[in-house]
Amino acid sequence: MTEPAGVEAEELVGQSSVWADAWKYLRTNPLFLIGLTVMVVMVAMALFPSVFALGADPTDCDLSMSRRPPSAEHWFGMDLQGCDYYANVIYGARTSVAIGVLTVIGVLVIGVLVGSLAGYFGGWADTVLARITDVFFGIPLFLGALVLLTVSAQRSVWTVSLALVVFGWMTAMRLVRSSVVSIRGADYVLAAQALGASSGRILVRHILPNALAPVLIYATIAVGTFISAEAALTYLGIGLQAPEISWGLQINVAQSLIGSSPHLLFFPALFLSVTVLGFILLGDALRDALDPKRR
Amino acid sequence: MSESPPQSLLQITGLHIEFSVDKKWIPAVRGIDLTLGQGEVLALVGESGSGKSTLAMAVPGLLAANARVSGSIRLAGIELANADEKTLTGVRGDDVGVVFQEPMTAFNPVYTIGWQIVEAIRAHRDVTAEQARERAVELLELVDMPDPATRVDYYPHQLSGGQRQRAMIAQALACDPKLLIADEPTTALDVTVQAEILDLISDLRSRVDAAILLITHDMGVVADLADRIMVMKDGVVVESATAAALFADPQHPYTQSLLKAVPHLGAGRIEVSDVEPPDPQPQMPEPALSFREATIEFKSGPKSTFRAVDGVTLDVGPGEVVGLVGESGSGKSTLGKAAIGLVKLTSGSVSLAGTNITRLSQRGLREPRKKIGVVFQDPGSSLNPRWPIGQAIAEPLALHTSLSKEARQARVEELLDRVDLSRTLRNRYPHQLSGGQRQRVGIARALALEPALVIADEPTSALDVSVQAKVLRLLRELQAEQGFACLFISHDLAVIEELSDRIAVMKSGRLVESGPAEQVLRRPAEDYTARLIAAVPVPDPDEQARRRELRLAEA
Repeated sequence: MTEPAGVEAEELVGQSSVWADAWKYLRTNPLFLIGLTVMVVMVAMALFPSVFALGADPTDCDLSMSRRPPSAEHWFGMDLQGCDYYANVIYGARTSVAIGVLTVIGVLVIGVLVGSLAGYFGGWADTVLARITDVFFGIPLFLGALVLLTVSAQRSVWTVSLALVVFGWMTAMRLVRSSVVSIRGADYVLAAQALGASSGRILVRHILPNALAPVLIYATIAVGTFISAEAALTYLGIGLQAPEISWGLQINVAQSLIGSSPHLLFFPALFLSVTVLGFILLGDALRDALDPKRR
Repeated sequence: MSESPPQSLLQITGLHIEFSVDKKWIPAVRGIDLTLGQGEVLALVGESGSGKSTLAMAVPGLLAANARVSGSIRLAGIELANADEKTLTGVRGDDVGVVFQEPMTAFNPVYTIGWQIVEAIRAHRDVTAEQARERAVELLELVDMPDPATRVDYYPHQLSGGQRQRAMIAQALACDPKLLIADEPTTALDVTVQAEILDLISDLRSRVDAAILLITHDMGVVADLADRIMVMKDGVVVESATAAALFADPQHPYTQSLLKAVPHLGAGRIEVSDVEPPDPQPQMPEPALSFREATIEFKSGPKSTFRAVDGVTLDVGPGEVVGLVGESGSGKSTLGKAAIGLVKLTSGSVSLAGTNITRLSQRGLREPRKKIGVVFQDPGSSLNPRWPIGQAIAEPLALHTSLSKEARQARVEELLDRVDLSRTLRNRYPHQLSGGQRQRVGIARALALEPALVIADEPTSALDVSVQAKVLRLLRELQAEQGFACLFISHDLAVIEELSDRIAVMKSGRLVESGPAEQVLRRPAEDYTARLIAAVPVPDPDEQARRRELRLAEA
C-alpha cells in the first residue's frame, strides 16, 4: 500500500478522462499512425484522383495496347480495353473506399444502436429486436441486395452501400448485444445506477466503451468484405456498371485472365489489401486506446 | 526446521520461481527450502502476492507458461522441478491431489461429479468403469457426502457449496495421493460450511496417510489443523515453526502484525441466554433507513417464485451503524440493494429518512439516492475499468450537483485526502491500484455527496487481512467524523463486531435476531447465532480445538 513514487505530482494538471487518455495514447502509437497514413492517402486518392494519376486519363484507351504488362511508361500495364491501368486503379479508390467506409459506418450505427438497446433493456425489447435481427439473418446478403438494387431506380455508391448496410448489420448487432448483456450485470453498472445515473448515461458512458472492442475488430475486417461484396454484386450485374471504375470491377474482370495477365488482378488486390490493413491497424489501435489495461 | 522429519516425502530446496512480464523477470518465490514428512500437515500462510499459491502449484507443475523454475522439488525421490510432461502427468492426480479454492469453477459443469471422479481414477488405474464408479461412491462416503450413491450422479450445480468442496476433496483423494495440496479450500465457503470442511480435513488426517500442504491467508483456519506453519511474504519464508509455538510466541514482526490484524471475536464465553432480549430501544423519530415487513421475491421458474427476503423489519437510526450478518443466500445483500431501490419489494415498505421509496420509479429515486453512499464488495469490479479513478469519484458530483469542473476537481482532491490516497493517483485506472487502494476509491465515491446513510456490502471481504484492518479503521474514523448512518453487510461476525452498534442476523431471508452488538455476540438469543459465532475461526489452536470438539459433540 505504499505510494508508487510521487514524481508525477509536478506534472499533474487536471483530471484526465477516458477519451483524453485514449487520444494521448493514439498520438504516439506507431500502428495508429501507419493506419492513419494509409487512410489519409486512400481518402486523398478518392477525393483527388487526378493528382495521384499524374495526368494519366483512365478513359484514354487504345485497344491495340490491350493487356500489356507493366512498363516504365505504364507502371501497372494496360487493361483489357487498353487503358492505363495505373490511372484506373487510382480512380477506383473513390468508389471502393467510399463504399467500404459508408457501409461500415452504416453497419456500426445500426448494429450498435439496435444491439445496445436490445442488450441493455432486455425483456420484450430484446425479444422483438433479436427476432427482427434473426429475420434479416435469414436473408442472404447477396439475395437481399440483389432484390433491393433491382428495384432501385439508379445504382450509385449510395444505393450499393445502402443495400449492403441493410443486409449486413446483423453480426455487429449480435456482437454488441452480447457484450452489453454481459456488462449490464457488472458491479460498476450497478454502482452507477445506485448513484442515480440515468439509463442513457449508463449506456453511453459506462457500458458502450466497455462493449465496443469486439465490434470494432469486426468492423475493421468487414471493410474488406464489403469492398469485395461490391465486386461480387457487380459480377452479378447489379452493382456499379461499366463506365464506373472500382477495384471490385477490376478484380472481377481480372479473375478470368489471371493466367495470361496476372498484373490485372495483382494491383487492385494490392490496393484493397493495403486499405483493409490500414483499417485493421486503426481498429486495433482504437481498441487498445479504449482499454487502459492494454495501453 | 533444524531436523527434518524421519521420512521426508516432499523436499524442496533453493526454489526460485519467476514470471516473465513485459520482458522482465518478476520473482514470485525467492529461495525456499521446505520439507514435508509423511502424514504431516504443513500450512503456508501469507497474503495475496506472497507466492504461496505459486509455490504450491509448482509441485505438480501447474504454473503458467511464462514461469521459470530453478531449484529442486523432490517428491518421494522423483525430481519434479522442470520435469517433462510425461513425468508430471504421471504424478498429477496420482501422487499429488489438488483441492482448488472455488469448487464451482474447478468442476466442469457439463459432467456429473461421479464422471469426473471416475475420470481421475481411470487416468492412473487400470480398472473397469464399474470398479471406478464403486470407488467413486466409496470416496464420496469417505468425505462424508450425504447419500453418496445418489449424489455420485449429480451435476456440480445441483450440490451445495460445501458438498461441492467435499466432492473436490474426494476427487483429489481418488488415487490415494501421497500429497494433498489444498489451495484456500474454504475461502469461498460460508463460515459454518467452512467449519464443516475444516473438520473433515482434520478428520481425514487419521483416515488417509497423505501429507497435506494447506495454503491459506487465514490464520484462524490453520490454528489447530497444521503441525507446522510457514509464514510467507514477498516470496520468502519469514517464519517457520510448529503451530503451537507460532501462535504462542510469534517471532517475526510480520507474523505478529498478521496475527494482530485478524479480527477477533471477543474471547468471552458464548452461550445461549435464556433471557428474552429487551425490545430494541425506542427509535429516534426518523430512522435513516427503515424496512417494514419487507418481502422480496424473485421468479425462479415459469410458475415458481423464490423468496429472498421474508418479512424483515429493521431500522437504522441516524448516525447508527447496524451490522447485518448472514451466510450466502440469507438475503442480506438483496436487502441492501432494496435499500437503494436497485431491487423492488414484493410487499412491505422501505423508507429513507422518512421518504417512502418502495414504489418510486428510477427517476423518482434520483433525489433520495443523493443522500446514500454505497460501498460495494469487490472494488475491482465496482469501478468502471475504463475510467480514471478521479472521474469515478467525481461521477456522483456530476450527476447531482451543479458544481463547475474546477470545483468538482477540488472536491475530488479533498476526498482523496480524506481516504488517505495520494492526489497523484487521480489519473490512474482501477487495475493499476492495489485492492486496498481501490476500496478507498470506492469509499471516496460513496462519501462524495456527504451522505446521511452509507450501505456497505461486504466492503472488505475481497481484501487481505492486514488491508482489511486498515480499511475498517478508515471506515470507523470516517463514520465517527461525519456521523453518517451505516448498514454494514458482512458474512464475517468478527468484522461486523469491529464497527457495529447493533447487529442483525439473517438466515434464509428472515431476520432471526437483532439487538445491541454486545448482547448479540455475548448472549445470543438464537441457536443459529450461537452456531455462527462458534464457527468463526480464531487464531488460537487451543480455542479452535475446544470449539471443534463442541461442534462434533453436538453433531
